[in-house]
Amino acid sequence: MAVRGSLITVDGLEIAEVARLLRLTSSLEAMAAAEKAKLLAGRKVALLFYESSTRTRTSFELAAKQLGATTTLVSDKSSSIEKGESLKDTGLTLRALGAECIILRHPAGGAPFVLERATGLPVLNAGDGMHQHPSQALLDLRTMISRLGLGERPVDERLLDGVTVTITGDIRHSRVARSNAMLLPRLGAKVLLCGPPELLPEEAATLGEGVEIVRDFDAAMARTGAGPGVAMMLRIQRERLAGLEIDLGKYMERYQLTEERLAGLAPNALVMHPGPMIRGLEIQGEVADHANSAIEEQVAHGLAIRTALLLRALKPEVAA
Amino acid sequence: MSTMLIRGGRLVDPASGVDGLRDMLLRDGLVAAVEMPGALDGVEVAETLEAAGCVVAPGLVDVHVHLREPGQTYKETIATGTAAAAAGGFTTVVAMPNTIPVTDRAATLEWVLSPERKALVRLFAMPAATMGSMGTELTDFEALAAGGAVGFTDDGKPILNDGVMRAALLRAARLGLVISQHAEDTTISPSSGINAGPVAFRLGLRGMSVEAEARIVERDIRLVRDIEKVEGVRAHLHVQHISTARALEAIRSAKADGLHVTCEAAPHHFTLTDESVACGGCNGDIHFDTNAKMNPPLRTEGDRLAVIAGLLDGTIDCIATDHAPHARHEKEVEFERAPNGITGLETALGLALRVLGREHGASVSQIVQLMSSGPASVVRRRQAGSLGVGQWGDAVVFDAEKEWVFAAAGSRSRSKNTPFDGAAMLGQVRATVVGGNVVFRG
Repeated sequence: MAVRGSLITVDGLEIAEVARLLRLTSSLEAMAAAEKAKLLAGRKVALLFYESSTRTRTSFELAAKQLGATTTLVSDKSSSIEKGESLKDTGLTLRALGAECIILRHPAGGAPFVLERATGLPVLNAGDGMHQHPSQALLDLRTMISRLGLGERPVDERLLDGVTVTITGDIRHSRVARSNAMLLPRLGAKVLLCGPPELLPEEAATLGEGVEIVRDFDAAMARTGAGPGVAMMLRIQRERLAGLEIDLGKYMERYQLTEERLAGLAPNALVMHPGPMIRGLEIQGEVADHANSAIEEQVAHGLAIRTALLLRALKPEVAA
Repeated sequence: MSTMLIRGGRLVDPASGVDGLRDMLLRDGLVAAVEMPGALDGVEVAETLEAAGCVVAPGLVDVHVHLREPGQTYKETIATGTAAAAAGGFTTVVAMPNTIPVTDRAATLEWVLSPERKALVRLFAMPAATMGSMGTELTDFEALAAGGAVGFTDDGKPILNDGVMRAALLRAARLGLVISQHAEDTTISPSSGINAGPVAFRLGLRGMSVEAEARIVERDIRLVRDIEKVEGVRAHLHVQHISTARALEAIRSAKADGLHVTCEAAPHHFTLTDESVACGGCNGDIHFDTNAKMNPPLRTEGDRLAVIAGLLDGTIDCIATDHAPHARHEKEVEFERAPNGITGLETALGLALRVLGREHGASVSQIVQLMSSGPASVVRRRQAGSLGVGQWGDAVVFDAEKEWVFAAAGSRSRSKNTPFDGAAMLGQVRATVVGGNVVFRG
């Protein structure tokens, strides 16, 4: 059923495939621009966005253009989606217009599977509801490898041995948290999840092998600081709270990553955030701009990873 | 004077305690005689049905089907839905009232039950308990009862208000009828079509909690107890499509206390778990499978096994399909946008014999009881569900050993929304007989 070249979830994504994608990313990065632009010359990619996006949409679009592909953007506003056209019919329309791959962002979990089944085209999941954001997990992984100096290690189930990744905040509503918590433990990382019960239910611990819930942020940060560590902060997703009331003052007091916490508990930890971040809420402005912060690098790695995903989707024989 | 002889089969009629080789004579739509093999050979009959190697059982009874008429005939009609029922061995079905308009008036009920709808099997209806199934104002129970109602329900929606539910139970009890409740506290959990738990979390879907079912069941049992104590009236509560171990425990203890509480379970709840949402279809390759979306949702393996235990120990009174047809385009959408429900009339017997019988040791007689006399007594249609002399001449003849694979494309239902396309079935219907007439041959 799965279409070759699709990437919808990290669940079941083989580690060998992750390794291939990372190698492909690096070789594309090293390639001259003119040569790269030939790889997908004349190929057509559609970006179908039912939710707003800055980073993901722009980087997929730029990645496609770097490879020479033609892109077209369809958003739920200003298209027939507003008139009630189904996801299936929107996909079939894009296919009829020549799209060979669809990049989809959608508020409903599982929507990329609907689109893949309907069109038979490779679908790259650019975030579906609270389900998955697989390219984000891959770019986060590449950022960690680069900043933690792990580039020489083979990409296998021991790659992140000894590394503690603490993901803090609105885990319940986060597709980024799910993708990371499902991928990173399979590469050897210890993943700690931190947040209040209403944003982090107990069943989150079942996402991956050895994933652990630590309610106390200071305790989690102390463990992050004990060895090579990553503090990944998440935004509270107001648009998905569905009536849930969060006391922001209390939240900030308990879970904000401040300079004080960073310096005191994990002075060497890498600070990451998938964006969009709300400075002064989950993360202090100073920490976002701190030397430990890899937030802008994450964006750059996103562009690189997405060139590899597009090549894999449209030229699987080359990507392999 | 129509006559039919069903001969050579193993007659399984739990209500009259028969399980053995018998021949059966049907005359004028009723059971006229049940005798040892060959004893009826001299009788002149219009038709003989050879049943050698097969089980002959009372026609199956389903107290919970959605036939979508009036209002949504693109999904199903009474004619197509009852044709699917006949193919599944059912001879009596009870239609739910969530039609458009809601079946909440005697005129609509009469329209549904009219011969012009061309039901192929016996059709009964459970009209709405409240006007528009809005949960506030009771319908005219007396008029509806006079029009043939076999009980009242707001199926698809719970009656949340304590006072309204109490009044409904009391008024139905005075008419000798049942209140059939869709147990779901919609104030604490979304009707999302997936169980709240690790699978829903992994998929990023909001789940429906176990408490949402249990709380309503527990509340309703308190009301039945209170009515008996205060009013001295024995109210009958029937809990629809039970799906959780916790609600079952409440029913088990209510029964032990002697309260008139019955319940049903659906084949999908004793066959599948919430993992089918993540990886559905017969190859497990349909992710976010909308054909595994129903209300109440598929639960965990622990709940599935509790439902099976409840069926085997008698806590659950009957199997009911909750046959809920939906058009293809309605299910080919994002999981959270898809409607709840699956078809079930043609797969119920095959799943019961495979899962309850082969995999969990239920006898054929036990399964027949759960699908005939059990449900018939919930709606007090005692001429159905058994093959004693004078009962309705409704029978199903099936090969209990036959293994086959269900193909949704061949379904008699107008809709094909089933998670069992390509699934293994045990036991195949050879003939379905209603009132002495063959309505289906397989």
